[in-house]
Amino acid sequence: MVDTKVSLAGVVLDNPIIPASGTFGFGKEFSELYDISKLGSISFKGTTVEPRTGNAQPRIADCKAGMLNAVGLQNPGVDAVLAEEIPELAKIFPKPLIANISGFSEEEFVRLAEAMDSEPAVGIIEVNVSCPNVHAGGVNFASDRKETEKITAAVRKATKKPVFVKLSPNVTDIADMAKGCEAAGADGISLINTLLGMRIDIKRRKPVLANRYGGYSGPGIFPVALRMVDQVRHAVDLPIIGMGGISTADDIIEMVMAGASAVQIGAANLVDPWTCIRLVDELPARMEELGIESLDEIRGIA
Amino acid sequence: MKDELFTIERNELLCRGTYLMRIKGDTSQIKGPGQFVNIKIDGLYLRRPMSIANYDDEGIEIIYKIVGDGTAKMAAMEPGETISCLCPLGNGFDIDAIPDNAILTGGGAGAMPIYKLSKMLTEAGKAPHVVIGFNREDEIFFADEFRAVGCDLTIATMDGSVGVKGTVVDAMKLLKEEGKNDLAYVCVCGPDPMMKAVSEITQDGQFDLGGRMACGFGACMGCTIETKKGPQRVCKEGPIFMQEDIIW
Repeated sequence: MVDTKVSLAGVVLDNPIIPASGTFGFGKEFSELYDISKLGSISFKGTTVEPRTGNAQPRIADCKAGMLNAVGLQNPGVDAVLAEEIPELAKIFPKPLIANISGFSEEEFVRLAEAMDSEPAVGIIEVNVSCPNVHAGGVNFASDRKETEKITAAVRKATKKPVFVKLSPNVTDIADMAKGCEAAGADGISLINTLLGMRIDIKRRKPVLANRYGGYSGPGIFPVALRMVDQVRHAVDLPIIGMGGISTADDIIEMVMAGASAVQIGAANLVDPWTCIRLVDELPARMEELGIESLDEIRGIA
Repeated sequence: MKDELFTIERNELLCRGTYLMRIKGDTSQIKGPGQFVNIKIDGLYLRRPMSIANYDDEGIEIIYKIVGDGTAKMAAMEPGETISCLCPLGNGFDIDAIPDNAILTGGGAGAMPIYKLSKMLTEAGKAPHVVIGFNREDEIFFADEFRAVGCDLTIATMDGSVGVKGTVVDAMKLLKEEGKNDLAYVCVCGPDPMMKAVSEITQDGQFDLGGRMACGFGACMGCTIETKKGPQRVCKEGPIFMQEDIIW
């Protein structure tokens, strides 16, 4: 029997497979399809202080090797997430959850972190400083090291739970951003968020997305994500949740070999809703074929 | 919902610019007309949502026009090929809420969920009036099929070559003037501007707001629209919305 257990800053997961925030809602739709309690964890829908409807339509564009989204953090707001969504999710997923939080100021991040700190179902707080869709021109905290450090330090103070900072790939030096997070007390790094992209409807002669730009995800970004995980692994001594275009067991193994402790699966859930549960089965089988006894043995080996 | 591998039985030009694809597979989970499938097409990343125009125990009919990469690839597919569909998706029409003399209307390829709807309403002893719109005579399809169902049929063509000259809205206004229908209740499928125009002359009804989406089953929030009931996912709470809830 191979060992798929992994540890994220002291939180032990049965396997490294985690649906990525924004592609899994609060689990309800998927729980109708399979037993979601078999997943390693769940990073639930990015939560903001206030309820958000998100951006104007259209918010989705297809691409050759992935998709663009400009949903814009639609969510019912932290009060409803705590009162309704997490209790429902905790009933069908009795393991530590990853709370993905998004603020528009340091104060909002602190408030969200304090709220999630009081929620026993939450095991890890994932600080989304990098949503490309909620500020004009795609500006976000993660494009500035000082801002990222400030928010990381403030969230670190506001909770006792492990804090993972989710970084944007839309930066000059990802390793430098990760170092900033480490210096500010982060317990881990999640990467990568989506790459800022664009499509144009050549018949209408206009951008496809109402928001003009959107976040590019899917298989096309996997090599970029892998490279950035590798760079961050060499720059900091923190556990990494690797994500970006993963859809197969081999992708997971590559990501772990680049240095990831666990992985998140995003866009693939939207094309094949059974992707995560299939990977839960396929990963140990593939590890056995490759003679890998545990993920610890191959982490960062490449 | 399940991921069902359908086999293409027929895929042919129905009339100028419009294709009909019949796919065989398990349709037992389909609750009613207005639901849709999200199909995987080789070479494209996201699935493509397609209205179920008609279905029976053995298969589904999809009616489409070539409007982009997805439909162009669909038109090139051959009988015998298989196609993965997330099926069924969405809520479908609320058939019990449709009164006896409702108008079922739509324009072009997207209109056809009203075909199955007209059959089911007629079988339930109701007498719907179908109003369908096309650009010109050689783009008309399913007229004989609607007549075979036994419901009243009015055709509108933009060039006036068949039926009422103008849009379905013009045809509906005429029905009202002639005292044939009071436009109290309508079920509509078609392009957004057409549906909005229909909503302006009717009192109540159900509208198929199917649009651009990614997953089709409520996970990504890609298709959410603002309604009088708050934000709603077109793919999950819709695609059929009640007139009183829609913000045009």
